[in-house]
Amino acid sequence: MSALDLDPTTIRQARELARRAGEPIVRMAREHTTVAVERATLRLAGLAGADAEGTPWVNRLADAVRDEVGLEHGVALPVWDALLRGEADDLGALAQKAAVGSVSFRLPTGADADRARTASSAVVAEGLARIDRRRDEREQLIRTHGDAPSKPWIYLIVATGDIREDIPQAQQAAREGADVIAVIRSTGQSLLDYVPEGETHEGFAGTYATQENFRLMRAALDESSRELGRYVRLTNYASGLCMPEIAVLAGLERLDMMLNDSMYGILFRDINPVRTFVDQRFSRQVHARAGIIINTGEDNYLTTADAVEAAHTVTTSQLLNEYFAKEAGLEDWQLGLGHAFEIDPDLPDSFCLELAHAMLARELFPDAPLKWMPPTRHMTGDVFRGYLLDGFFNLAGALTGQGILLVGMMTEAVVTPWLSDRDLALRNVRYVLEAAGGLREDFRPAPDGLIVTRARQVLGESVDLLTRITAHEHGLLDAIADGTFGLMRRPADGGRGLDGVAEKADGYHNPATDLLEES
Amino acid sequence: MIVRPYGDTTGDGMVQVSFTLPIPHSKVAEGAAAQLAAKMGMDPAMVVHARPMGPGFTFFVVYGRVSHLVDTDAVEVVERDYPLLTPAEVNTAIRRSLRRRMVVVGACVGTDAHTVGIDAILNVKGFAGEKGLEYYREIKVVNLGAQVDVEQLLARAVEEGADAVLVSQVVTQRDAHLLHARQVAAAFAAAYPDGGRPLLVVGGPRFEESAAAGLGVDRVFGRGTTPGEVASFLADRVAARAELAR
Repeated sequence: MSALDLDPTTIRQARELARRAGEPIVRMAREHTTVAVERATLRLAGLAGADAEGTPWVNRLADAVRDEVGLEHGVALPVWDALLRGEADDLGALAQKAAVGSVSFRLPTGADADRARTASSAVVAEGLARIDRRRDEREQLIRTHGDAPSKPWIYLIVATGDIREDIPQAQQAAREGADVIAVIRSTGQSLLDYVPEGETHEGFAGTYATQENFRLMRAALDESSRELGRYVRLTNYASGLCMPEIAVLAGLERLDMMLNDSMYGILFRDINPVRTFVDQRFSRQVHARAGIIINTGEDNYLTTADAVEAAHTVTTSQLLNEYFAKEAGLEDWQLGLGHAFEIDPDLPDSFCLELAHAMLARELFPDAPLKWMPPTRHMTGDVFRGYLLDGFFNLAGALTGQGILLVGMMTEAVVTPWLSDRDLALRNVRYVLEAAGGLREDFRPAPDGLIVTRARQVLGESVDLLTRITAHEHGLLDAIADGTFGLMRRPADGGRGLDGVAEKADGYHNPATDLLEES
Repeated sequence: MIVRPYGDTTGDGMVQVSFTLPIPHSKVAEGAAAQLAAKMGMDPAMVVHARPMGPGFTFFVVYGRVSHLVDTDAVEVVERDYPLLTPAEVNTAIRRSLRRRMVVVGACVGTDAHTVGIDAILNVKGFAGEKGLEYYREIKVVNLGAQVDVEQLLARAVEEGADAVLVSQVVTQRDAHLLHARQVAAAFAAAYPDGGRPLLVVGGPRFEESAAAGLGVDRVFGRGTTPGEVASFLADRVAARAELAR
C-alpha cells in the first residue's frame, strides 16, 4: 500500500522520539493550572455572561478567588465552599458579589472541602453532559442530512468582522459547495485574556469568537444543512490566551472543528510556553470529549521559513502534535494535522517536492484527515499566476488524499476574498477534483525517483531534529527557546500570559480535569 | 512619453476588466455590464464572459478599447534618494558614521498579527534572495514581533537606544495601518526632544510611499521592498544625522 516505501523502523523511531520530547511537557502540564483552565471550569459549571463593562463573570469570579486564596488550589473548592456557606444562591450571583468584593473566599478543609468537591463535581459533570448531548446531536444530524459527499472536505473562510455579514456569506459558500466554514477571528483576539461576550459587529480582519457568535453561525449552518441535504461543518479557533474556554464554548455550541496547535501560540504570538502547553492539554481533552476535529498549524512554519529547508520542521511538529493530541484523548480521525503548499514556484521541481511532502504526511498519518493549506507566501498579486498555482495545489491535494482542503484564493495578499474570487476558487477545486480525483489510484512515484527520495530525506531530517530536541537538557522547552522552530526564540520564562500560570498545590481540585482524565 | 494600453498592436488601447453585478444573469445583466464598461471609457466593450453566481449575482469579464492617453512625464513617484549598498558596504558605512553598531527595533504594532513583513526585513532568512537585517554585523536587531503596543515599542526603543524603529502593518481594515503609523509617530514625537527621535520607518503592502510626511515618519516602504533597500536607507540617513551632529 505504501507508495513511498518508508522504513517502518524509522517511522517507529520518529514516533518514539516525539513521545520522549513530549512526555516532560505533559508532566509539566499536569503539574500546573492557569487562569484560563479555571475559567473554563467555571464555564462548564454554567457561568456565562459579562458585567456592564464587558468583563466576563468567569474572569470576575476567578480573579476574586485568586486574589484571596491564590490559584494553586483551583477555584472550585473556594467557589463551591462559598456557595455551600450560603454566600450566594448561584454562581452568577456569587460572581456579581465577588466583583464588588462583598464575599470572602477561603480554602475549605476536611468535611467542608469534601462537600465542596462533591458539589462542584456534580455541576461540572452536568456541563460535560451538555457537551456530550451536542456531540450526539451532531451525529444525529449527519445521519439525517448526510455527510459531506466526498473527500477532501472543501474548507472556506469568511471574515467580515460582523457576524451578521458572515452568516449570508457562509450560507452562500455552503450553497456553492463548501463542506466546512471557518470564521476567522479578529486579529487582536488571541492576546485577550478574556472571551468577548455577545453578538459582535466589529473586528479587525475577522470576527470575534464569542459564544453567541458561535451559536448564531451554527444555527445558520444547520439551516443550510437542511436546505442542502448535507451536514455543513463549522470551524473556529481554540488558540491564544483563552484556548481552554473557547474549547468549552465550542463544545457547548456544537462547533465541529477547531484550529488548535500545540506550539503556534508560543512561536507566533509570543504566548508563554508553559501557559500554552497547560491550556493546550485541557482544550484538547475538551475537544476529544466533544468529538471535535482539531486542525494544527504547521502551515505557519512555512510562512516564515523556507518551505524546502524547513519541510522537516513541519513533519516534526506533526509528530509532536500527534503525540500531544493522543495523550489528551483525541483519536486519529480527529487529527487534522496541517501542512501547506508554500514552496517557491520558481524553484525547479517545486511541484514534485510539494507532492513528496504531502505524500509523506499522508503515509506517516494514514488515518488522520490532514489539513492541506494553499499557497500564500508566493501569491504576489498576479492573480492569473495565483489561479494556476492554486490549481496545482488542488491537484497535489487530490493526488495525495488530503482530508480537508482549504480553498486557495487568487486574490490572496490583495484583498479579502470577493464573492467572485470565492466562486472562481471553488470552480478551480471542483474542476481538479472531478478531472483528476481518481488519479490517486494510478499514481505511483518511481521507487527511487525524486519524490520518494525527497520524502525519505525529510523524514530522516525530522528524526535528526527530534533527536536534537531530546538531547537538550530540558527537551522541547529548550528547543523552543533556542529558535528550533520557525526561527523564533521563545524562552520558557518569557512571553505573554505567564502571570496566569500557577503550580498546583497539594489538594488542588478541578472537577473538570478529574472528569476529563477519566473519560 | 505618451502611451496607450497595448493588446496586440501598438496603440490599440485594449484592456480587460472583471467585476460582479448584484443582479441575476440575463440579457439585461449583460447589457448592464456593457453599460458599465462604456461608462468606464471602454468603447467598444465586449462582454466575453458572464456567469451566474447563486441566484442574485453575475460575474463578468469584459474586453474593450479605451481611448485614454497616459503621460509618463506627469507620473509622480518617490525615487530612491539613497545609494543602494551591499551588506559589506552598509557595515562599513555604519562603522564609519556611528563608530558602534546601529540599533534597529522592529514590531507589528496594534492589533496586527502579521509578522510576515517585519520578519522578511529583519530575520536572517530575509526576502527575495537578500538576507535580513539580523545578518548585518553592524546592525543590532530587536524584533518585538506581533501585536506590540505603541507604548511598549517606545519603551523598548528608549531602553535599547534605538537609531531606527521599523513598524510593519499588513492589516488595512478600517485604515488600521494608517492609524497605527500615526500613533507611533505621535508617541515618539512626544517622548523625544526635537530632532532627537530615532528614524521612523513604516512598511507594508498597502502604504503609499509618498505618505511619509503626512504620517509623521521618515520613510514609508511599500510592497516588494527588500532588506537591502531598508539597510541602505538606514545607513544613509544615520550617516547624515551623525554628520549633522558633528
